[in-house]
Amino acid sequence: MTEPRIDLQVDSLDVRFPGKVRQDSRAGYAGYIVQPETLVEFSSALRDQLGFRYLSSVTAVDYLAEDLMEVVYHAYRLEGGPGIVFKSQVPRQDPRLPSLVPLFPGAEFQEREAWDLFGIRFEGHPDLRRILMWEGFHGHPMRKDWHEAYYEEEVKPFKNRWPEGQVYRIEDKVPFGHNVSYPSEFSPEGWVPEEDVALYAGLGKIQGDGNGKGSELETEKIIINLGPQHPSTHGVFRMVARLDGETVVDLRPVMGYLHRNHEKIGERNTFLMNMPFTDRLDYFCSMGNNFGYALAVEKLMGIRPPERAEYIRVMMAELTRIINHMLAIGFLLNDLGAYFTPVMYCFNERELILDVFEAVSGSRMMCNYFRFGGVARDLTDATFSMVRELVTERLPRKLDELERFLVMNEIVRERSIGVGVLTAEQAIGFSAAGPVLRASGVPYDVRRAEPYSIYDRLEFDVCVRQHGDIYDRYLIRFDEMRQSLRILQQVVRDMPSGEIMTGKPQYQVRVPAGESYGRVENPKGELGFYLVANGKANPYRYHVRSPSFINLTSLAQMCRGQKIADAVVILGSIDIVLGEVDR
Amino acid sequence: MPDDLNLPEFPIPEDLRGQVTITTLDRIYNWGRRASVWPMFWGLACCAIEMIATATSRYDMARFGMEVMRPSPRQTDLMIISGTVTKKLIPQIVRLYNQVPEPKYVMAMGACASGGGPFKEGYNVVSGVDQFLPVDVYVPGCPPTPQALIHGFLTLHKKIAAQPIKAIPGYRKGTLEPLPIPVLGPDLINLRDLPRIPSAVPGSDPETA
Repeated sequence: MTEPRIDLQVDSLDVRFPGKVRQDSRAGYAGYIVQPETLVEFSSALRDQLGFRYLSSVTAVDYLAEDLMEVVYHAYRLEGGPGIVFKSQVPRQDPRLPSLVPLFPGAEFQEREAWDLFGIRFEGHPDLRRILMWEGFHGHPMRKDWHEAYYEEEVKPFKNRWPEGQVYRIEDKVPFGHNVSYPSEFSPEGWVPEEDVALYAGLGKIQGDGNGKGSELETEKIIINLGPQHPSTHGVFRMVARLDGETVVDLRPVMGYLHRNHEKIGERNTFLMNMPFTDRLDYFCSMGNNFGYALAVEKLMGIRPPERAEYIRVMMAELTRIINHMLAIGFLLNDLGAYFTPVMYCFNERELILDVFEAVSGSRMMCNYFRFGGVARDLTDATFSMVRELVTERLPRKLDELERFLVMNEIVRERSIGVGVLTAEQAIGFSAAGPVLRASGVPYDVRRAEPYSIYDRLEFDVCVRQHGDIYDRYLIRFDEMRQSLRILQQVVRDMPSGEIMTGKPQYQVRVPAGESYGRVENPKGELGFYLVANGKANPYRYHVRSPSFINLTSLAQMCRGQKIADAVVILGSIDIVLGEVDR
Repeated sequence: MPDDLNLPEFPIPEDLRGQVTITTLDRIYNWGRRASVWPMFWGLACCAIEMIATATSRYDMARFGMEVMRPSPRQTDLMIISGTVTKKLIPQIVRLYNQVPEPKYVMAMGACASGGGPFKEGYNVVSGVDQFLPVDVYVPGCPPTPQALIHGFLTLHKKIAAQPIKAIPGYRKGTLEPLPIPVLGPDLINLRDLPRIPSAVPGSDPETA
């Protein structure tokens, strides 16, 4: 990798582009506002001259009152340190922006999502189709003036529930059709459901050197669908592959089958109501999701949790990482043909950690444990000794055992070494995060790059592997579990006593107006929450930068040229969870 | 032979207990088939993880003869709808249901599959799979614990045990009509609602609908 030239200060960008770039001077906001026509020039300057090579998040905000759509970009330097936020504003009627996909391929799915949910056209995007909803869906649902079928009120708590306290079922009040928006020319008899024509045509375009040219045997290219019901897609995920014989020529992931409208619901909820919803994003790692959301809101509120709460938070987040990587390994081996036996072993350890979660939060999977400024309940001594026994005695032994059984296994090595390679440059370009990025030789870990909570004083190594193939993505999860155990042992050793909450717990928190981006190193990669508050009880914008979703951008790249049987393994090595992909 | 198979009105002599039973065809047939229900190996969302946890060693679904989970609908008896049902997915779910051979059962696992759950208000969420499929057992929880799921299995076993064979639609003469598969239009189109849709289209005359 070449060392980026840093010849400009970040805070002089508005001087460099006079009249085109200005500081975002709204109260509580930061970063730059870039004129749409300068966007490409500005971002290539950021990437090539200032070293912001990692475009982490792309999202949009609908400012209905100002009649503006704003697209928000977050970019980071891979050397660490704080990132840069830049925005571009377009009018709400027919919003158009130049696409950043040629510069940052990792923006591809995120721009498609902004098109799907906000209706912002990105000119120059290679494949601008809907991504979460289906083609033919009417309207762009995240716009503030778009109302869903069960629309009751703009924000919660709804008046009929509180303070009046008379609950009725909304579908009794809005019978079929009333809030469903059909286009005016729609006729049910004449409707032809959208087939996947555009999807298949897009696959045909990238054929490389044409039909069978160059190979001795002329083979017919066929298109196959895997999923949404398929045992190896880890949920309701669909891959459409174009095959030449057994070789994948091109592949498109199709998602949205579990699109549960987190963001729309999140903007109706109050801040605290969103906490249990974050549990259900990446349902293996509910504690880690809580962490990211709590950080984002705490940034806005300007509070920090007390020392003991920080330690408890890190303890839970690292236990979560162990659960997640255990299962990732188990399911990866499942895809490789070790039918369910490794999963059984991994689930055994998971159950023990879930016992800890159940003891502290009352729920096995959906913990809802973090609060703004602390955690919900204190650790009891009994729970603490459970954790101590796990992290010092049981889990290290079990990791050794798993490694002994699985790492040098000949079949695993044969099928995974050199397969599904993602180079470092590609991984950065595709905005891959977490183990996928680090297995490609990029030592980037949010816990080190921009330390949050108490990670700056804990000792651990950022794991990195150099080959970027399936085997490295598999091994790096072992490495990370070892590092997590190291962190946990320090946490158990140093756990202070004291308060677990700053201020008294409250149902309705006061959040000042502004924006914030809280990011944590979740087991699957960088999980970010972008929040816009307008001083009311509800977030005005609530966006989740989900690692699984963005890591999928690189799936096609990894699969091209591989066998179709390896495509499922490559998918397994990315380790996606559909709750987070589709949100 | 377990004693509960025997009809209570025919006492079996002490020395023949466990070897001879007097029972009906319904009873012995259902006794066999309820103990080997093959669920479909298909997870939708969060609940699927608890479904897998139920299959692993601590909870061990195999105790109820249910460990054979098949990814193909054509080899299964039970569809566990383990997660949020979205509008984009419901056509596939109904299609899979139509592919399951009779007699077939549907279990709505968790709050989302039962009634939309926490995501009910979402624009892409079907509030309960029972709007499109006949559901036999509802398992509450978000997600249900493995114990709750096992309780759901036992409830299903009870239901199967109580079904007279003649009453099972799939065992009767004639073919069964498949359920209509909903269509993805501007919104989800339930084909049973088709006559009512024109009144929802702006500019149309509700009188002609």
